[in-house]
Amino acid sequence: MSTHFVGDTSVLLGRSMRHIFRSADTIITTAITPIALMLLFVYVFGGAIRTGNENYVNYLLPGIMLIAIASGIAYTAVRLFTDMKSGIFERFHSMPIARSSVLWAHVLTSMVANALSLVIILLVALLMGFRTSASLLAWLAVVGILALFTLALTWLAIIAGLTAKSVDGAGGFSYPLIFLPFISSAFVPTTTMPGPVRAFAENQPVTSIVNTIQDLFEQRPIGSDIWVALAWCLGILVLAYFFAAAAYRRRIS
Amino acid sequence: MTTASAAREPAIRVQGMEKSYKELHVLRGVDFDVAPGSIFALLGSNGAGKTTIVKILSTLLSPDAGTASVNGFDVVSNPSRVRESISLTGQFAAVDEILSGRENLVLVAKLRHLKDPGQAADRLLARFKLSDAASRKVSEYSGGMRRRLDIAMSLIGQPEIIFLDEPTTGLDPEARIEVWQVIQELADQGTTVLLTTQYLDEAEQLADRIAILHQGRIIANGTLAELKQLLPPAKVEYVEKQPSLEDIFLALVGNQGKVASTKDPS
Repeated sequence: MSTHFVGDTSVLLGRSMRHIFRSADTIITTAITPIALMLLFVYVFGGAIRTGNENYVNYLLPGIMLIAIASGIAYTAVRLFTDMKSGIFERFHSMPIARSSVLWAHVLTSMVANALSLVIILLVALLMGFRTSASLLAWLAVVGILALFTLALTWLAIIAGLTAKSVDGAGGFSYPLIFLPFISSAFVPTTTMPGPVRAFAENQPVTSIVNTIQDLFEQRPIGSDIWVALAWCLGILVLAYFFAAAAYRRRIS
Repeated sequence: MTTASAAREPAIRVQGMEKSYKELHVLRGVDFDVAPGSIFALLGSNGAGKTTIVKILSTLLSPDAGTASVNGFDVVSNPSRVRESISLTGQFAAVDEILSGRENLVLVAKLRHLKDPGQAADRLLARFKLSDAASRKVSEYSGGMRRRLDIAMSLIGQPEIIFLDEPTTGLDPEARIEVWQVIQELADQGTTVLLTTQYLDEAEQLADRIAILHQGRIIANGTLAELKQLLPPAKVEYVEKQPSLEDIFLALVGNQGKVASTKDPS
């Protein structure tokens, strides 16, 4: 059974990637909304925001990337939901293939699609003046954290795709996730926020991830934030994987 | 295949199958056998449990009680061997809307690990008269073309047993007859076909044996002739043979040559 896992997964990955390239809106929308936000915050609000960092694009980029990931994984949920609805999921499951490859293909597709939109956003940020002195090691750490965050949210999206009753439900679960960076250190430092808001902002996953990536880009020493960030990502990943596996078993018994 | 069919073991054997969804007791002890190379029709109204039986036999659901074997393999203990023996054409055409017809076929051929997926795809496109539409997106296909592609996808890898769950629901009369011809060809080539339908004439036209599923049980199972004997003997009456609306429709759209009409003038 596992003998076909790699081959079957890559065939199905190829299928989903075709879906993405044929409906280009999935990459463009996931990249364009964050880019629009980036333009808005840098050229409209940015002048009035004091972050302690002269280059506001540098400050903003990590949070923008997390927003892009949060909106990108909504498409993973929608694609999985469509497969369940159309019967093609059942067709694959009644065939002599490695069954787990059906879900893993969606997970890999999500990783690749999000990586593509992050590259587009990074290019636009460079045009807008984003500069970093980050070493290769720091870059690898940034990529690793973004990949882990994407993987964790992708498994959340798998739960939504498996359990949703409608396309809107499958895609809609991501709105709170897209909103989360706004109540974090992604756009403004948390120090100006009133007490309870600040407490929330400083103790939710996005802030620690944003702080870590900002530090890595600026070549500052990274404090405990990276461990908090990793703990959040791994915690979400394990929980989401567990519930996704349970939802999957319920669908096929 | 040789051992299973040479011994004339049933291609499908279902014994005491039960299945409930929460409170709803859908199957309450279903038994039937399907002979290799035959067309077997499960006839029943909506919600009778036909789809549930097909899903259990194609290893998508597990039964609560009873046993089921397909091509000699138990569906619960040996599902991977069952999947190698079967193909499922579900109630709704399970095709990928965004891919082209050819890409759909190549996808299935690759998943079935065929050596030359492209060749297998082209052969089926020709056989199902889809060559002209091969490179078009499936979302532009008509209902009949979609169903033909769906069945073509099920034939890749030449499975010995094919499940067709309401294959003609929602099709226009012409497309329906095309599907009937395909099913007949399959059986002529030795494929075992298990067909579910709610159309009495479909079962009458195609099936070697017909089982009637009602309230979770098989209440009758036999050839058409056997089932007819369950009723009092026919009286002879003289009735003027009027063309049915289907006859008229098909004559007007110029497809009468295709009609494999074996209907009794009754």
